[in-house]
Amino acid sequence: MSVLWWLVTLVKVGVIFGAVLGVVAYMTLAERKVSGHIQLRLGPNRVGPFGLLQPIADGLKLMFKEDIIPDHVDKVIYLLAPAISTVAAFAAYAVIPLGPPTDFFGLLPEPVPLQIADVNIGILYIFALSSMGVYGIVLAGWSSNNKYSLLGGLRSSAQMISYELSLGMSVVGVLMMSGSLSLTRVVEDQAGLWYVFLQPLGFIIFIIAAFAETNRLPFDLPEAEPELVAGYHTEYSSMKFSLFFMSEYAAMFTISAMAVTLYFGGWQGLPGLGTLGIPPVLWFVGKVAFFLFLFLWVRWTLPRFRYDQLMNLGWKVFLPLSLLNVLLTGLGLVLLR
Amino acid sequence: MEVFLRGYSALGPYVPVFLFIVVAVTFGIVTLFIAKLVRPHRPYPEKLSPYECGVPPLMEARERFFIRFYIIAILFVLFDVEAAFLYPWAVLYGKLGLYGFIEMMIFIGILLVGYFYAWRKGALDWVKEG
Repeated sequence: MSVLWWLVTLVKVGVIFGAVLGVVAYMTLAERKVSGHIQLRLGPNRVGPFGLLQPIADGLKLMFKEDIIPDHVDKVIYLLAPAISTVAAFAAYAVIPLGPPTDFFGLLPEPVPLQIADVNIGILYIFALSSMGVYGIVLAGWSSNNKYSLLGGLRSSAQMISYELSLGMSVVGVLMMSGSLSLTRVVEDQAGLWYVFLQPLGFIIFIIAAFAETNRLPFDLPEAEPELVAGYHTEYSSMKFSLFFMSEYAAMFTISAMAVTLYFGGWQGLPGLGTLGIPPVLWFVGKVAFFLFLFLWVRWTLPRFRYDQLMNLGWKVFLPLSLLNVLLTGLGLVLLR
Repeated sequence: MEVFLRGYSALGPYVPVFLFIVVAVTFGIVTLFIAKLVRPHRPYPEKLSPYECGVPPLMEARERFFIRFYIIAILFVLFDVEAAFLYPWAVLYGKLGLYGFIEMMIFIGILLVGYFYAWRKGALDWVKEG
């Protein structure tokens, strides 16, 4: 590993981490803006032009807030939980390809891949980290010594593990077609045709399970305000609360990038038409932005599910459907070969 | 190309990943630490009591909870193991052909028997009917 390799890697790590942080910060603003306009309001528009400095103001405010650690909490776990959530949510970004290898207009002697690392088990890595996210939530709920937190944490963990099954199984169809767990390979495979056209059922299951995985409406039972105050992070304040908040948005960003990478061709342009002269990175960014918008749009449009409906949907509808998708994909591949 | 893409060893590609995780951990610690320097700290007993909408808390928070959560966890372990088996099979599917397909259908079929048994027994119902 040469000096240049280390330099390039460090720059990539810095830039991508900064980008994720920036997206997370501005997602909070986008959420309030979009919700505002959906409800015929303006949303925040006082801090900076169009309210663009709002996330910075929010971050500073949270930093100066008193950090209340209630009596009788399980202190070590209580402090560990937000850290686990954050690291799990952010680290998943390491394997997502943002574009084809590039030498930055001749700046570098050789093209470098636009992702932190092309791990040959990229999909497994992301699923492993998203499962780690459950730990953050359930430990937060357990250690807080608060009934709402405990119930929120339990609900959340049950919901996340239930939908993780459908999420994991829906991806199996993609794996069967690409024959690789590496996300780079999956994207390269979609040069001709995006997998969403070959895996429509798999994609529908994936995206709905993704909403449940990220605890977003219509599946935001873990923090259903009328029932559970704020769910698992009821007892968290100041920076610890903001870490949970950030990890929620980072998880949303990750799952959007996953959806784009697995089903919408990643950085590839339109099927048949190519990139139309637009840099591949912008294709990727544009597609992810669409999915992020979808998350906001759905949240402010659909009402919340009831918990028993949620569990029934996960276990009795999506699990069999995702198995059916595996069966259909397998049959299709056997017949076409 | 090779210089950047070649695996130096089995763990080679994970060096940047590890670096990224280190950055994420450092970020968490640094923000928490900076916040600790600037924020006020004025606790008093009422502020530190568990939040229960302003009412003094009754009983312990860690009570008994619904048994269903436990059953869901058990079922999850079962089906997640199945998913773990499906992954390597799916990756190699192109090479296995019809034989691999039939093999896996038998495996899934056996699991489905268990799945429908659990369904009939009501393990999947969150609320018991009647």
